[in-house]
Amino acid sequence: MTKSRALVWLVCLALATIVADGADGQEGAGGMPPLRWGAAVDSNAPYAFYGPGNILEGFEYEIIHAIAKEMGRKPQFVSNSWDGLIPGLDRGLYDMVICGIEITPAKSAEVLFSNPYYVTYEQFVTAKGTPILRSLDSMKGKKVGTLNHTSAMAMLEKVDGVEIKPYEEEINAYNDIVNGRIFGVLLDFPIAKYYAQPNPELEFNGPPFGQITYGIAFSKSNQALCDEVNQAIDRVIASGEMRDILSRWGLWTEMVAGAFKQPAAPSCPDSEYRDFVKSHHQYEKSLWDRICGYAQFWPLLLRGSLMTLQVSIFGMTLAIALGFSLAILRVYGPWPLQVLSSIYIEIIRGTPLLVQLLIIFYGLPNIGIKLHPLVAGILGLGLNYAAYEAENYRAGLLAIPKGQMEAAMALGMSHFQGLRYVVVPQSFRIVLPPVTNDFISLLKDSSLVSMVTLLDLTGAYNRIATQTFDYFGSGLLVAAIYLLIGLPFVRLARWAESTMAVDHRKSGNRPGRFSLPVPFRKKGETNGN
Amino acid sequence: MVEENGSILLVENLRKKFEENEILKGINLRVEEGDLVSIIGPSGCGKSTFLRCLNGLEEMDEGVVEIAGVRVEKGGEQGLSGREFRRRTHEARQKVGMVFQQFNLFPHRTILENVAISPQVTQGISREEAEEEARYLLGKVGLSDRMTHYPSQLSGGQQQRAAIARALALKPKIMLYDEPTSALDPELVDEVLQVMRDLDREGMTQLIVTHEMRFARDASDYIVFMDAGNIVEISDEDEMFTNPKDERTRKFLGRFL
Repeated sequence: MTKSRALVWLVCLALATIVADGADGQEGAGGMPPLRWGAAVDSNAPYAFYGPGNILEGFEYEIIHAIAKEMGRKPQFVSNSWDGLIPGLDRGLYDMVICGIEITPAKSAEVLFSNPYYVTYEQFVTAKGTPILRSLDSMKGKKVGTLNHTSAMAMLEKVDGVEIKPYEEEINAYNDIVNGRIFGVLLDFPIAKYYAQPNPELEFNGPPFGQITYGIAFSKSNQALCDEVNQAIDRVIASGEMRDILSRWGLWTEMVAGAFKQPAAPSCPDSEYRDFVKSHHQYEKSLWDRICGYAQFWPLLLRGSLMTLQVSIFGMTLAIALGFSLAILRVYGPWPLQVLSSIYIEIIRGTPLLVQLLIIFYGLPNIGIKLHPLVAGILGLGLNYAAYEAENYRAGLLAIPKGQMEAAMALGMSHFQGLRYVVVPQSFRIVLPPVTNDFISLLKDSSLVSMVTLLDLTGAYNRIATQTFDYFGSGLLVAAIYLLIGLPFVRLARWAESTMAVDHRKSGNRPGRFSLPVPFRKKGETNGN
Repeated sequence: MVEENGSILLVENLRKKFEENEILKGINLRVEEGDLVSIIGPSGCGKSTFLRCLNGLEEMDEGVVEIAGVRVEKGGEQGLSGREFRRRTHEARQKVGMVFQQFNLFPHRTILENVAISPQVTQGISREEAEEEARYLLGKVGLSDRMTHYPSQLSGGQQQRAAIARALALKPKIMLYDEPTSALDPELVDEVLQVMRDLDREGMTQLIVTHEMRFARDASDYIVFMDAGNIVEISDEDEMFTNPKDERTRKFLGRFL
């Protein structure tokens, strides 16, 4: 999903601290505006996730609805990537975040937390039949998996001699126990319950470790809403509704019962948990059956494909236009513009696209520029690729023999006219192959726009894979779609290349597909004689 | 001083340096309308640079060039400002045709477009009109059947003839040729020289930097011999070859006689 989540997290943290006081509370403007809540839904059962039929569900989903009902407001869901959740708060995308975020001192410095709505612990999971563990210390010398930026991770870091294997997705971590790559996985109990317990090859091992509390996060400046939500949480707990919800999801434990001062026994059967296991864990199905099962996801795949295509085409258009201007400036412009253009190219090429994208989407609001996610995605890709296109065009312009411009000047054309009618049209055909190459590259890099809340093809892949627990089948399917999207453009470019190459053909020579549309220069150019 | 008496080209004290290397050391030359002048000399003597200074492809350091009625001056009391210098250079190019050793045809355009483009771009002439003129000119250089070809589909001689037609499209008062036949196979040289002879008959003023001694001798009104940045000798074509005055001329021509 993400190339470097640690990096992203760093940037998000930085942005979040910068922006800490940026946004105001959104409520109170007459009537009752909807209560906008943000969550990352691409991974997290049982928190809030898309169940069968693409319907949002989860225990956090139900808790939010219960809270909103108490407050007399209508909940409105806003999707975001996990890494973008906190920055999105300050950006004003939503009023609050509920997404299994653990209340820690470090995080409390960034955001405001509500009272806990759930209390749980870390659960260790190993392959079935592994000797029972008494303490974390007995993991010494073993490879243990967990998710990045979790308190489980923090807990493991304190144990000497454990080799920590950080994962992006819990399902991958658990699968790697089965694959024999790691000894076990330490993660929050709800995750272990939903992703490991139904797997017949895994088992819970050892006692509950530690205690973690989940809180709803608000922007630091939104104390009023936080207070209001706290009161609502208290009422939801007191009325027993919280116990009902958590019982249905199979999450009512002694620990949470103690924390909420309620009876330890569940108030009703864990029906939601059973439904989940029935619909999601398909160990008995063949690969082919599973791939066929993806047919039901075609609207999601189509939507993702269109988004990928849209972002890529507009991004490339921007990249070509801007890159071309930059190249002209760098080769022919007055020196201050040459320098500026070089600086732009070096800065953009020298920094990761992901960081640029995050700055554009989450950083710019800090100086009052709030962009639509689609605009931010296109802008991020376009501005980044412009630097590469500029270098392509620069090479293309420099490849045109000097004599061409001289001939144009000698024919009474101005410098601009020489560029416009003589040099640039020739350089276009030189740069066509590398530009095609870059477009294909951009098509794939467009998967990063899922970081700015857009649901592209990669986003769709993540959602399908986390719903079906099948990264293999759905991955092949999505990879095939990427290929299919890219191919027509490759063919188109080939065709354009051979069409344009016609003028370089020596009579009697067919323009081979691999003929280079290059130098028109014959022997050496001679100048002074 | 400059006399306004129909000289189509007047050069006074033209100097040009490339870094510390003085290429042109004060050239003086006058060419009358209708003359065909060959400029010869050993490699590196500055003859190509001299030609390129005449239409501003190289910027002279100092001197006066008055070409086709446009006076450009640099250095001295009457030196022009940079802006005015460029403006006049640009103006002069509209009246001066140039042909290059490597032809420098535009490879992405057909021969017809090569010839027709400049009048459209620089003089705002309509496409139809420009192409009609281009067809006439291409007919004149014997390329009527090659108009829709691209340059790379033509032989070197054909390309150079097309380049001459392209230069003629602006109806220049004077034509400059920078070694027009040096890049050609020997059997293709004559077809290009023939075009230049035809133009001479029509009264075109032509300045040719060349190594074709035979052509220089047969076709020129007179020959300019350059060596080491100076004009050493200007002679009648027969006299230059039969009775060169300067020792350097004699030495250079000795190889050809």
